[in-house]
Amino acid sequence: MDFASMAKYTPLFVEGLKVTVQISFVAVLIGVVVGLVMALFRLSSIKILSWFANMYIQIIRGTPVLVQLYIIYYGTYPLFGFNIPPYIAAIITFGLNSSAYVAEIIRAGIQAVDYGQMEAGRSLGMPHGMVMRYIIIPQAIKNILPALGNEFVVLIKETSVVSIIGTADLVRQADIIKAATYSHFEPYIIIAIIYIILVIGLSSVMDRIERRLKQSDYR
Amino acid sequence: MIIVKDLHKKFDKLHVLKGINQEVKKGEVVVVIGPSGSGKSTYLRCVNLLEQPTRGEIFIDGESLTQPKVNINKIRQKVGMVFQHFNLFPHLTIIDNITLAPMKLRGLSEKRATELAKHLLNKVGLIDKINNYPVQLSGGQKQRIAIARALAMEPEIMLFDEPTSALDPEMVKEVLSVMKDLALEGMTMLVVSHEMGFAKEVGDRILFMDDGLVVEEGTPEKIFNNPTHPRLKEFLSKVL
Repeated sequence: MDFASMAKYTPLFVEGLKVTVQISFVAVLIGVVVGLVMALFRLSSIKILSWFANMYIQIIRGTPVLVQLYIIYYGTYPLFGFNIPPYIAAIITFGLNSSAYVAEIIRAGIQAVDYGQMEAGRSLGMPHGMVMRYIIIPQAIKNILPALGNEFVVLIKETSVVSIIGTADLVRQADIIKAATYSHFEPYIIIAIIYIILVIGLSSVMDRIERRLKQSDYR
Repeated sequence: MIIVKDLHKKFDKLHVLKGINQEVKKGEVVVVIGPSGSGKSTYLRCVNLLEQPTRGEIFIDGESLTQPKVNINKIRQKVGMVFQHFNLFPHLTIIDNITLAPMKLRGLSEKRATELAKHLLNKVGLIDKINNYPVQLSGGQKQRIAIARALAMEPEIMLFDEPTSALDPEMVKEVLSVMKDLALEGMTMLVVSHEMGFAKEVGDRILFMDDGLVVEEGTPEKIFNNPTHPRLKEFLSKVL
């Protein structure tokens, strides 16, 4: 094993780390925004909205992310007549993919809030939306956050498949270094360690946020 | 103040209310008693449309709740409700539990809302809990806060849905005493309760419900000392 010879490839690892973090971060943002909308659609009393959200979630959860990536990357040309860069395809794929899981996490979190809370709010004369905003959602966040943190961790690791379409993420960089040095082992050990550090860092941030939100649970 | 005409409620095939005709006058304290499953709570919950009636009409202050264009949020502001399980907002402090609705709905400034909340907390004897969270309170204290929260909307009517049923016995008294004070101040109250002592002492009128109907009603004196309906006699023999 020769980790010393890896030192000169540091810029490539750093570049790969940047891309992995960027894809994950933007995908998470898209996932949360689209996921929240889908969750509210699913809980909506308007039939067409809940039907649409349900279909959306079923399709995304029912297909492998790699297939989704191929469809979005290779599908834009036949459908719209232009190609998109692999990087953009990766962000869209993981954003949409994550949104389906996030939608289910948010829906479950909202439904886990005792129905008595809605009744108490409504009985004071507050409209449905106001009760949601000031009473239900703040409590639902406490249910949602741990599962959401978990979803982010999964997402960071899953983005490794984007190397297949040539996105220059951590795995892609390790592939390049492997080809250049004939070292089949060291580059992957290094990116494995980088992934672990990312995940542990993210988990500790989530823990801290959760602890702050638990304030009202203490006696 | 409250007029109920031919009120029916069905849950699928279950016929819970089978035609209630009632009137509650301003300042009156009406206590609804009866066995579980008789429809007491459903009746109460229909009065602020937490349950949608299947048939019949309900009027609050002359306004019909059952006509399609009703602004139920406006009417609910006039009708406070206290639940069996308190339903305080666990993520808010006591003061925020009380001030949220008046600030959002009645447009009170934070200062005015805080003054009002302090006044109410003094009234229910819990001013020292102002910055606590609900989880730090006993059941009886939670229910007194729930009453204060409802009163902060300055309602004309208060509905109580078995307010002491989820409490340890030693905490029942503190809640009933707050309710009694409220009754003495002239609040119009509709109370579903198993507290026969409270019904006797504070109630102006008692309704005995059985199987979706009010089968006997009258003053506490009449209901408890001269019951006529066989189901009421049977019920009283079990609870007294």
